[in-house]
Amino acid sequence: MSQTSALKVPGAAPLPLQAEPLTLRPNVNDAHVRFIGLGKTYPGQAQPALQGIDLNIRRGEIFGIIGRSGAGKSSLLRTINRLEQPSHGRVLVDQVDIGGFDEDQLVNLRRSIGMIFQHFNLMSAKTVWQNVELPLKVAGVAKAERQRKVRALLQLVGLEEKHQVYPAQLSGGQKQRVGIARALVHDPRILLCDEATSALDPETTASILELLRDINRRLGLTIVLITHEMAVIRDICHQVVVLDRGQVVEQGEVWRVFGAARHAVTRTLLAPLQPRLPDALTGRLQASPASRDSAVVLKLTVPGEPDLTALFNTLGGSVRLLQGGVQAIGEHALGQLIVSVQHSPHATGPLLERARRWAEDVEVLGYVV
Amino acid sequence: MWFDRLLQGLLDTLLMVGVSSLIALLAGVPMAVLLVTSDKGGIFAAPTLNRVLGAFVNLFRSIPFLILMVALIPFTRMVVGTTYGVWAAVVPLTIAATPFFARIAEVSLREVDHGLVEAAQAMGCRRWHIVWHVLLPEALPGIVGGFTITLVTLINSSAMAGAIGAGGLGDIAYRYGYQRFDSQIMLTVIAMLVALVALIQLGGDRLARGLNKR
Repeated sequence: MSQTSALKVPGAAPLPLQAEPLTLRPNVNDAHVRFIGLGKTYPGQAQPALQGIDLNIRRGEIFGIIGRSGAGKSSLLRTINRLEQPSHGRVLVDQVDIGGFDEDQLVNLRRSIGMIFQHFNLMSAKTVWQNVELPLKVAGVAKAERQRKVRALLQLVGLEEKHQVYPAQLSGGQKQRVGIARALVHDPRILLCDEATSALDPETTASILELLRDINRRLGLTIVLITHEMAVIRDICHQVVVLDRGQVVEQGEVWRVFGAARHAVTRTLLAPLQPRLPDALTGRLQASPASRDSAVVLKLTVPGEPDLTALFNTLGGSVRLLQGGVQAIGEHALGQLIVSVQHSPHATGPLLERARRWAEDVEVLGYVV
Repeated sequence: MWFDRLLQGLLDTLLMVGVSSLIALLAGVPMAVLLVTSDKGGIFAAPTLNRVLGAFVNLFRSIPFLILMVALIPFTRMVVGTTYGVWAAVVPLTIAATPFFARIAEVSLREVDHGLVEAAQAMGCRRWHIVWHVLLPEALPGIVGGFTITLVTLINSSAMAGAIGAGGLGDIAYRYGYQRFDSQIMLTVIAMLVALVALIQLGGDRLARGLNKR
């Protein structure tokens, strides 16, 4: 289990994979956003949309909320800038309960929290420039200052040349970049992302996520995002929360949740990113060993880059690699291998025990002849 | 002399339609905004006010113009001091056109994507900012289209107002064309009305298209 290998980052010192020097220990005082016993029930609905949510979102981290549609992600996200009013519990932003805010306080709060949307929500009758300028204009910022900020932000998102264009003439990725510029124009401390890449193609998604990561690093912004795609969580989040029917069913650091998902919903959401057996083999898989020649098929999850020599020595016998690879998750690497091991049918127990010494998570997928 | 009479009729029609449509515009847009924003879930939610206003609008929309005009005679006399002539016609024309236009403008305002309102709230807009910077600009092409329809409807109604002595092209067509069987006058007036309506429609469509950036 204890591998002390290191993941090489170009131009940087090797980072230890299992120690956690870069991530802070949970500390309530450092919570940027805190949910305490949060619940939401919509009028006329028996089933609550959110129930008993207790979470801390730390300053400067990218916090992902994932779940299937209708799990309550959107409602939860919107309680942070009070576009959604909770029915129970409290939301603290910078230690302040925002529950009792009047319109003036809400306006100030919202100016310190940027938000971007799945369908971008840009004003169609305004140019790119006017869209980004609008939050400053309604806040009464002087014209010279507005021009300086809008120019700087359009430059940040790479759209200086498009400033006179209307949103209808932009591609999806460009629209979201305008959305990001607009969300950042008040120098917010928090950025909320509501399925910000769900309407984009994979390539554009990657570039928007890269931009968000860059903003998080350079501006030290806390980012809270909701998504139904695990790939988004893997690519940029530090922490993840899995919501199911309004409740938190799993939470933790992303690479840990990826390595050892406990809840069925998490496993389902993770499935597309997991190594899968070739179809031909899946058909031959049996629940129990059929003969003395059967091999057991194991799925092994190991933090870091798998040491194969150690694996062969640990398992012994004839080990075949059926599928597998290493995923990069933030500063961590996570190896996932599917192997078949030829062994005596009576020795499965000891074999699994040995496998668990090497891997963090061992799953028996079945037996093949 | 015929030319003078027709010109005078045209000017009277333009005056009646111009003044009443201007008032309908100034009163109808706020009324439409109120109808939309005071509705349940709106940014100025006030369901009772919304229902009262809705009922009021429906009441005036359901009365045929000819009857409304006659029924309003005492009110007209109170407002402009006479029940005869162009200014007397402006009163019922305005009262008929305002709710009509407000309903059309309301439809355009309702079509503004709720996501835009949400985005505006999220960026720290106050409610009046949302009306001014989001709802009205986004609905503007539709409102212009609705105003064009209102203008055409007003030309139609102003001809009826001619029948109670309001003057205008409708009056000329009625008196000379219908009562004296002068088909030449009748046809000239029809041609003028067709040209006027076509011009308004063309201008309105162009403007709406130019404003629509979607």
